[in-house]
Amino acid sequence: MSEFPPEFTDLEPFAGWALRTEGERYAKRLASTMDELQAFYDAALPRLEDAMTYLDQFELDALPEDATGLLWLCYSLVNASFPVEVWRQPRVPDSGAAKFNAVIEPAV
Amino acid sequence: MPHFVKPTEGSWTEHYPELGTGPVSYEDSISPEHYERERDAIFARTWLNVGRIEQLPRTGSYFTKELDAARTSVIVVRTADGVRAVPNICRHRGNKLVWQDYPREEVSGTCRQFTCKYHGWRYGLEGDLTFVQQESEFFDLDKSEYGLVPVQADVWEGFIFVNLDRTNETPLAEYLGALGKGLAGYPFDKMTQVYKYRAEVGSNWKLYIDAFAEFYHAPVLHAKQAVADESRKLQGYGYEALAYALDGPHGMVSSWGGMSPPKDLDMVKPIERVLRSGLFGPWDKPDIGLTDLPPALNPAGHRAWGTDSFVFFPNFMLLVWEPQWYLTYHYWPTCYNTHIFEGTMYFVPPKNATERLRQELAAVTFKEYSLQDGNTLEATQTMLESRAVTTFPLNDQEILLRHLHKTAHDYVDDYEKRRGETPIQIGSTS
Repeated sequence: MSEFPPEFTDLEPFAGWALRTEGERYAKRLASTMDELQAFYDAALPRLEDAMTYLDQFELDALPEDATGLLWLCYSLVNASFPVEVWRQPRVPDSGAAKFNAVIEPAV
Repeated sequence: MPHFVKPTEGSWTEHYPELGTGPVSYEDSISPEHYERERDAIFARTWLNVGRIEQLPRTGSYFTKELDAARTSVIVVRTADGVRAVPNICRHRGNKLVWQDYPREEVSGTCRQFTCKYHGWRYGLEGDLTFVQQESEFFDLDKSEYGLVPVQADVWEGFIFVNLDRTNETPLAEYLGALGKGLAGYPFDKMTQVYKYRAEVGSNWKLYIDAFAEFYHAPVLHAKQAVADESRKLQGYGYEALAYALDGPHGMVSSWGGMSPPKDLDMVKPIERVLRSGLFGPWDKPDIGLTDLPPALNPAGHRAWGTDSFVFFPNFMLLVWEPQWYLTYHYWPTCYNTHIFEGTMYFVPPKNATERLRQELAAVTFKEYSLQDGNTLEATQTMLESRAVTTFPLNDQEILLRHLHKTAHDYVDDYEKRRGETPIQIGSTS
């Protein structure tokens, strides 16, 4: 079964980015190479507006499972956009060993 | 030539002559002895913001708050009569009353009573002792004398504060002064979608407030966050606030930067263009009918207003953003050169996935900026501790730093004077 709604099966190769928490998304970003981040970004950014249109037909707290996966993938795209669009490295420059952990985030 | 009008004295700093304009010392941030004085003079006797009313949705809802700087932990609870705070300690043998696996970790939940996990003593939500295990084994134990004596707690605009000084006579609203009064009525209660971040930071608590109480650093430290042309432009401008205001121990800075939406879309990142959001939050305001701002916001009445940052002494910052969301910072000292930082973003709950994604972009952006901010602090702390240099200049855009360190020092001096102690010159080696 597909991770995403039928209209978004082209994103299936990036299903590993459909992660529920900010912590998981951020960890995957840091563990990725710039080539991997670029490939994900190049595939997902052009689909972001379609994804928003698709997702907006549902109530946020009543998303079907495949739509939830798509939304999580979009969160990951947001996270991965920073290195790709500006820094050219997975971690924000000049942040060394600094940590900043999400302890509360929205349920959906 | 300033872009924005300064007071007639020629500078913001000279508008408040008690601040002086000379170089300052950060000995107050590197002296273990001075930190011990701050614990008694500041954290044990000022109003401390410990949370929001939304954290206590019903009678019996509670959370614990570790207040290491004040050498205590409190339970904050909603009772039938409102919000109460009691010390988090069992009257029997002094065990911490409410905690789970790790005594120093904060917990929250809902209950009808508090039960000590050591010997099963139970307390009602108001702190009254209701049950003693094997009560007949005790000697003339009068349960009414062994309740938890509440500490002062009060709520301002939905923000819950406690004051550990049982002799305190300054009501919360009076303590928060003109700035607090000027924020009254802002729809904080409608902004209940929460993102909270936490970091253990290797610096004195005041140094992180310093980092967030000036934006002089922003075009430089955060240069790599923006697209190259925008970054060059920002650095060329430098930073000037729209206005500053000081009131008692509190202060605020009003900033330009309204980017909602930006005039030149080429100046923002592609993801920001698609989502219509960024550092200042979603460009499209939520539909909550907010038309007039309370008077403390955008005091200069500038059309380019972007955000106001309030420093409520000692360790609570509140940032209200033009696109209608807010952010809080808390700095909880754990040692003279360490503290726990909490940054919490509050948005109007999103109506759909698009609005949710816009908020996600703002939240991730905040985190990335904060990682850069946080990373400078340990570097500053260690070099200040080297005492290779002992006095430092502050410019007019750093007025809130001058004010914070002076205020904190005044609190220590006043407290020691009241206790009949001679103020000790910190940093002296005698």
